[in-house]
Amino acid sequence: MLSGVFSLLSALLLITLDAVDVAFTEAAVGAGISIVLMLSTLTLTSRREKKSKNSNLIPLVIVTLTGLVLIYGTLDMPNFGAADTPSQIHVAREYIKRTPEDIHIPNIVTAILGSYRGYDTLGETAVIFTAGIGVLLILGRLSLRPRRRTKKIEKVL
Amino acid sequence: MKHHLILRVITKLLVGPIMLFAFYVQFHGDYSPGGGFQAGVIMAVGIIIYGIVFDMEHAKKVLPPWFVHKMLAFGVLLYTFTGVISFFRGKNFLDYSALSPHSAIHGQHYGILIIELGVGITVSGVMIAIYYAFGSRTSEINDAEW
Repeated sequence: MLSGVFSLLSALLLITLDAVDVAFTEAAVGAGISIVLMLSTLTLTSRREKKSKNSNLIPLVIVTLTGLVLIYGTLDMPNFGAADTPSQIHVAREYIKRTPEDIHIPNIVTAILGSYRGYDTLGETAVIFTAGIGVLLILGRLSLRPRRRTKKIEKVL
Repeated sequence: MKHHLILRVITKLLVGPIMLFAFYVQFHGDYSPGGGFQAGVIMAVGIIIYGIVFDMEHAKKVLPPWFVHKMLAFGVLLYTFTGVISFFRGKNFLDYSALSPHSAIHGQHYGILIIELGVGITVSGVMIAIYYAFGSRTSEINDAEW
């Protein structure tokens, strides 16, 4: 629930940053589908959590330290809307200049993802494919004869 | 969820527009935000919401699990073969300008359309397959507990 709210808020933040494509993905994946998967995972677990005997102090210290390091890291980042950020002065100009000539579609993000960086996107698709296959293998849902298996389980029970 | 009349009616109203929006995002990615990835997720959400509110068995009749598993691989293969076609036309891997003999720009348009379709098919396949895999492990929650 909270992670859904967080995703929706970060989608709004990304819209403010003019990254509409990323915001779209965040809203669809973070706020939409991951909640469903999270809930369906929760229904697989038992209702009550086991009581932990370890103290909460060490995790708290680690989380606080990591947070401080991350905040320290943001100090080096360029200011919001600064014109001389590294992402603006490197290849981005070249893409913006050449997309109308080379590919001639209005959405430059699609042009970069699909054509200029097509190999990367192929890799991403392969990663999603591998992740899906991995989950299915772990859950044992790739077997070609699922019916026989359920019958066996019924016999065992 | 047989007792939830409002949910059932609203879902019936929503599933169609969700699918339509998925196709819009899929094939309009050149002009507006979005593309194969987002469209695939929206498509999967349409099926999943149908499966949750009605019954997963009904959703499995629309998209059987064996078909979803084929979808996973088909998307990646569609993407890869689009790249391989460029080989045979004497261009680099994934250089879509080889796809149209007349103009390189049209080739790029076709290429982006086809690979986005491949991404969309894989992503929606993965999401639906994971939902099926998780959902069919749980015992049905009976209506009294909702």
